[in-house]
Amino acid sequence: MASATGREHWGSRIGVILAVAGSAVGLGNFLRFPGLAAQNGGGAFMLPYFISLLVLGIPLCWAEWTMGRYGGTRGFNSAPGVFTVVWRHPLAKYFGGLALMIPMVIYMYYVLIEAWCLGYALSYLTGEMTQPNQNFSQFFNQFVGIEEDGALLAPQNRMRLLGFGLVFVLNFVLIYRGVSKGIELLCKFAMPLMAVLAIIVLVRVLTLGAPDPSKPEQTVVAGLGFMWNPNAEKLWDPATWLAASGQIFFSLSVGFGIIVNYASYLKRNDDIALSGLTSCSVNEFFEVCLGGLITVPAAFIFLGDQAAQFTGSTFGLGFNALPNVFARMWGGQFFGFLWFFMLFLAAITSSVSMLQPVIAFLEEGFGLRRHASVALLGLITALGCGYVAYFSKGLVALDTFDFWVGSVMILLLALVQSILYGWALGIERGHKEAHQGAHIRIPWFVQLMLKYMVPVYLLAMLIPFCVNNVPKYALTISKDPVALGSILFLAVILAFLLVMIHIAGKRWTADGRFAQLDLEERKKGEATL
Amino acid sequence: MTLAGWIIMGSSVTAVLMLVSFCLYRVLTLPNVDVDRLHGPSDIDTRDTQNAD
Repeated sequence: MASATGREHWGSRIGVILAVAGSAVGLGNFLRFPGLAAQNGGGAFMLPYFISLLVLGIPLCWAEWTMGRYGGTRGFNSAPGVFTVVWRHPLAKYFGGLALMIPMVIYMYYVLIEAWCLGYALSYLTGEMTQPNQNFSQFFNQFVGIEEDGALLAPQNRMRLLGFGLVFVLNFVLIYRGVSKGIELLCKFAMPLMAVLAIIVLVRVLTLGAPDPSKPEQTVVAGLGFMWNPNAEKLWDPATWLAASGQIFFSLSVGFGIIVNYASYLKRNDDIALSGLTSCSVNEFFEVCLGGLITVPAAFIFLGDQAAQFTGSTFGLGFNALPNVFARMWGGQFFGFLWFFMLFLAAITSSVSMLQPVIAFLEEGFGLRRHASVALLGLITALGCGYVAYFSKGLVALDTFDFWVGSVMILLLALVQSILYGWALGIERGHKEAHQGAHIRIPWFVQLMLKYMVPVYLLAMLIPFCVNNVPKYALTISKDPVALGSILFLAVILAFLLVMIHIAGKRWTADGRFAQLDLEERKKGEATL
Repeated sequence: MTLAGWIIMGSSVTAVLMLVSFCLYRVLTLPNVDVDRLHGPSDIDTRDTQNAD
């Protein structure tokens, strides 16, 4: 919806909440969370998980909502502009490059996984997945082309290639329609439908009883116990706390650069305190109440203790263990279709949100109209998607993109944002801004946490995470040409974005946009005196 | 499933359900007012002060 000033706005309060929640709810809620919990102490995992939610997740969400609306009401929707409004320093806009690169690069591989979900759903519909003696591990390997590069281009995979192309185009059709008519409309339909589909699968799982008479110990209650029985010893392991913090962080889409962009389309008196909390709580509903009760218990009921071998891998749990479950379940074809279609919806509401930050930057940085910015972004992401889809052997390209951008850069951006909020915007101004039009009060200690605790917490996460993982990935780069090519690809994208940001910054300065803001704020200050 | 498992699962699911219910209730019961269309007394120019002197 465009306002009288020509800027886009959300159509309704619930629309923006569902859009932010839709961006956050993804495959991680249904596949990553249950696997991590089962691996890290079961029920005991929930203690560090909820502490991380309260200390790190919700405060950071509020900070992103606040900075986004603050920048949006001053005429900027993209992170380079918003960051410069928050911190009037020539370097500020370059930090915004992270908030453009992260969603764009994640889109390049996420849309591929999204196409897998739709492909699996259609395979259930056609009965391909329910053929007798189907080897699901082999099926997955062939489906994603894990054994050789360029498998997607093989003659027998034409339909998969077509499906991938259609999913890619569908995302751009939705984003072309704009914030209100595209993203908001999609989320208003997809989110409730996703909840209904997940609840149907949940009811099916919870009414399974003991489906295999030869294994009476593999019951629903035992499956829930496999997921939720606490192992208190795990609480003394720092890795459990790191895993819980990481899950909260990735699950809420904090540090993706998306919330800042979405919140920038709010009006000055639109609530952000209640909306931010609501989007977090909707995400938690999908994660704890649905993901936590479906995936691992279902895997245990049919696979017994073998389910443990899948909990360490999102793809293993989602695309190998669960098809095994549906194959042995009554009505498995129908429930398998519902499950993978639900995962597709979860993925598309996330992937479509990843395009908007860059679209906003191209529009306001270079004065491009929507069709031009969509076409340019389509070209760039098509190159990236093509790269990830072609180099499918061992999923090395996907894994390299995911580690350096989907893990390391996200932590870096969250750190940057917490410092910008706490130290550049200032917690007094942030507190006042957050309560403009607010329908609930945010306690003052949240601001203190954002200034002092959150940056330290993030550093405490980032350092051990890098120490544990960077050497392994650095070694992969030195040995594997595809990993090296992926890193070079990412470096080119980052350099391209930084040059674009530099040019956009010059245009903004030449147009006097920041000088005008400074003048308005000086006038406000004088009026207050 | 152990008693501790039941307690943790029950309390986790209940806490999240209560939070999401509270938030959605608050959001959905708020009046749908477009603030840009509201005008306070100071914004309304009745022109009755133009010739006040």
